[in-house]
Amino acid sequence: MNRTIVMVTIISGLLVRPVFAQTPVEILASIQKEAGSGAKGFSAARGETFFKTKQGGDMSCSSCHTDNPAATGKHAKTGKAINPLAPSANAERFTDPAKVDKWFKRNCNDVLARVCTPQEKGDFLTYLLTIRG
Amino acid sequence: MFNVKRKIFLMLAVSLAIGITVTAAQADDDHGREGHGGEGHVKTTLKAPANSLWQKECAACHIAYAPGLLNAESWRKVMAGLDKHFNSDASLPAREAAEISAFLQNNASGKTGAATLRISETAWFKRQHDGHEISPEVWKRAAVKSPANCAACHPQAERGNFNEHEIRIPR
Ligand code: HEC
Ligand code: HEC
Ligand code: HEC
Repeated sequence: MNRTIVMVTIISGLLVRPVFAQTPVEILASIQKEAGSGAKGFSAARGETFFKTKQGGDMSCSSCHTDNPAATGKHAKTGKAINPLAPSANAERFTDPAKVDKWFKRNCNDVLARVCTPQEKGDFLTYLLTIRG
Repeated sequence: MFNVKRKIFLMLAVSLAIGITVTAAQADDDHGREGHGGEGHVKTTLKAPANSLWQKECAACHIAYAPGLLNAESWRKVMAGLDKHFNSDASLPAREAAEISAFLQNNASGKTGAATLRISETAWFKRQHDGHEISPEVWKRAAVKSPANCAACHPQAERGNFNEHEIRIPR
């Protein structure tokens, strides 16, 4: 009897939980895995520089996300508001790996004309996780 | 027995027909006037059955432009070039792009005419916006910046409403 209740609870718990939901820390861990053991450790300072510096072209990440990742951003081309990027200010950020991959690909392409390396992504997310909203 | 079934079927059919007529009339009312001029029948409200994937993916960088603003061939072209979308990478996984493309094409405007990537380059857009009503200087204002920024002047644009009476030109 008790066993049944426990089973039902576990199963419904599994059903309610979105299948691919993760925490920002879990997403950072999978970037770490992607970077491999040869990588230097992730650095928030490097991530901040990466975030705020124009990389060859005329845009930086902060062109749209502003200099403060906890603030509401503004799309540099269309003017549309963008919700804050820092997980402390926006609980939806870095919880959906497919969404994270999609926007890294797009935005790195726009800013750097190439994909970001795991090192760059790891530094960047490490920096965001130091921001208190 | 057979007769009763037929009767019920008939009643159902009749009430269904009435229902459809009423809905159509309401919808017509809803959509309001059509834009004036030549082949350009632009409805001033373009409500489409919502598609949640479209709403999510195509409203991230700008308003979700209503499907009725371009013809099917134009949408096909827009969706085929998402990796180089107005100098932005807006690429999507193939399966998601296919679903959105089908939704847009199924609800596209019926207008013929060359495929364009920009709504602001269609003949009806130019007719509605060029000339007397809006001076060239207006398009350059910081609050407008681009003809694609429909919501600057049409506050209800996100809902597909471009009714003349709701227009507000920003300073
Ligand atoms: C041209 C504007 C623009 C620039 C430049 C830009 N972004 Fe973004 N970014 C966006 C928009 C728009 C979104 C999605 C909006 C939303 O989800 O609310 C987004 C979302 C993201 C996300 C998704 C996070 C999540 O979990 O929701 C990441 C990661 C991201 N950006 C990283 C970057 C990085 C790294 C850079 C610099 C290399 C950058 N962005 C530069 C516009 C931009
Ligand atoms: C990564 C950002 C981004 C995403 C995602 C995006 N767009 Fe765009 N889109 C833009 C930019 C930038 C412009 C150019 C705006 C301008 O010129 O003012 C644009 C312009 C357009 C225009 C032309 C507007 C005009 O009349 O000038 C259409 C149509 C359009 N987008 C459709 C879509 C559709 C459909 C989707 C979803 C599949 C989509 N967009 C997703 C960035 C994006
Ligand atoms: C600078 C302000 C401005 C911008 C930006 C703008 N419009 Fe308009 N629009 C107007 C004005 C003013 C009229 C009325 C013209 C008239 O009635 O002669 C109008 C008329 C229209 C009409 C016809 C409305 C009616 O009731 O007949 C449609 C449809 C429309 N616009 C769609 C769009 C779309 C779609 C966009 C973005 C791609 C857009 N507009 C961008 C100012 C603007």
